[in-house]
Formats: sequence, structure tokens, C-alpha cells
Amino acid sequence: MEIIVIVLNGEPHQVSPSSTLTDLVEALNLSQKAIAVAVNRTIIARHQWGEYQLQAQDQVDVVRAIGGG
Amino acid sequence: MSQENTGLTIAGTHYSSRLLVGSGKYRDLEQTRLATEASGAAIITVAIRRVNIGQDPNAPSLLDVVPPSRYTILPNSAGCYTAADAVYTLQLGRELLNGHKLCKLEVLGDEKSLFPNMPETLKAAETLVKDGFDVMVYCSDDPIQAKLLEQIGCVAIMPLASLIGSGMGILNPWNLSLIIEQATVPVLVDAGVGTASDAAIAMELGCDGVLMNSAIAGAQDPIRMARAMRLAVEAGREAFLAGRIPKRFSASASSPLAGRVV
Repeated sequence: MEIIVIVLNGEPHQVSPSSTLTDLVEALNLSQKAIAVAVNRTIIARHQWGEYQLQAQDQVDVVRAIGGG
Repeated sequence: MSQENTGLTIAGTHYSSRLLVGSGKYRDLEQTRLATEASGAAIITVAIRRVNIGQDPNAPSLLDVVPPSRYTILPNSAGCYTAADAVYTLQLGRELLNGHKLCKLEVLGDEKSLFPNMPETLKAAETLVKDGFDVMVYCSDDPIQAKLLEQIGCVAIMPLASLIGSGMGILNPWNLSLIIEQATVPVLVDAGVGTASDAAIAMELGCDGVLMNSAIAGAQDPIRMARAMRLAVEAGREAFLAGRIPKRFSASASSPLAGRVV
């Protein structure tokens, strides 16, 4: 099966060629979590995840809130 | 007549407490929850970080113990050394919190001092204000920089009292006073508080609030220290509103001289 490689939180990550951000977030079991996603340093709003089709070498950041001052 | 000791208003929103607390450095989430509650704080800072891929996604998370339904969550740009990185981080924070506009901007200068890089801070503040953020900004205790940040449109000016996490207290009350005197937006001491008296001194100077993390989370009993800080901020504010007596070199007897028996 064909795959493409994206960079997810700084590490190579394999997805299928037609994957959307929704597919990625679901595969990571993070759909219900308070997270934010950006691709190539552009924020992609949650309601747009389904329309965003991942491209090879996309730099994807998935972030959450942690303790900080 | 003295003013009433009301809470703090930032960008048109009223908050019941003048103490703002961070959520870092605690032993665990339960201690975070208990200390945050004991502090009485309404605004809680959080950091924005990458999710650890592969980690149990159902493990309890910070926002489970300090829920946005109960607290105002203040995402910060801690760890950012350029305006671009700080703006990106805070945009992610806004998205994560469903469009919540309030943020704490900090752009650091170096790892040793964690002193703010003011040229980058000013640049980031301009971008964020234009992008619709309500920016509370960590800055140097320089009245000129503070004025520039206010002119850009920041909603709160937050000078350091001493280095982040140092616990050195209020090192330059004169500069803080200059900033407070000129400001038309709230001024909060952010960084440097070590113990309750430091928080009280900041409030007695006329600060509108104090933001702290290490002083509580690093105490031997963080929950007790959180309570102490709540009381100190309240006491300092009351003393500021009450108006202290002037300092004088000579004594002034409290008991009347008339009617003495000797």
C-alpha cells in the first residue's frame, strides 16, 4: 500500500495518501481532546480538519495545554 | 473616603481575585488542583506544548483539573525566544481554547536569566493586538517599554520583580512605582515573588495584581503557600487602599502625654 511521510511533532510519521487531518487525529485517538493543530505553521481550525488533505513532508504540530507559569 | 476592595478588571472582564497563578512545577495534577483552589485565583496560566505521540491519550490532563468552565485559562508563550515563535504558540493556544482571546505574551532573551527580549516582545505584541488578542505582557521593569506596550494596545503590563523562579522578591520598587503611576491598564508583578511578604509589597506599591507559579509550587507545602499568597495579596491591597502612614525618622508616641501618673 502506498504511503506518504509527514513530519508530526518533529518526527517522521506515515499516513495514507488521501488522509485528512481528521483521519490523523482519529488515528491518534485525540478527537475528543482539547488540542490544536497547525500545518506548516498555519493554524487549521477544528471544523476544517476534514477538508485538509495531508501532503508529503507537511510539518504538522499537534499541541495541548500543560502546566506552566 | 477609601476605595472599595473590588476584584480585578482586565480588558473589560471582571475577575474575583487579584492573584493569578501558574500551573507548572507541581508534583502531580491533584496537587495542581488543590493549590489552585486554595489560591482563590480566577486566572490560571498554562503552557502550550506538543502532544507526546504514542502516550496514552486518555491519561488525565491539566484541563481536567483546572477546567475552562471554572477558571479563565491564560495560555503563555513560555520558552519562545522570537516574536514569530511566540505569536505562533499563542495562536495555537487560542485555537485550543476555542477562540479565547486573552493570552500571556513572553519572549525571552536568554536561558540563564529568562529576561524578556523587549524588541521581540514589542514586535509580537503588535502582531497579536492586530490579530485580535487581548495581550497581557511579561516585560522588563522599564517605564518606557511599559508605555510602548500600552500604546500598542496591551491590556495588562506585567513587569518582572526579579528573575523568573528566583524568589528574590521586589528588587526595584521604584521602577514598579513609575510604571504603576503612568499606566492606564492594570499592572501586575509577574515573576520573582518568593514568599507572602513579596506579594504584599507588590500590592502595597499599588500593583493591580500578582502572577506567580514557582513560589507556590516550589514551597514545601504548596497548598498552604497558595493560601498564604491569597491572604497576602488581599492584605497588601487593603493596605494600599487604606493608605499607610508616612515613614519618619523621629518617634511619635501612641499614648497621650496628658494625665500621666508620674
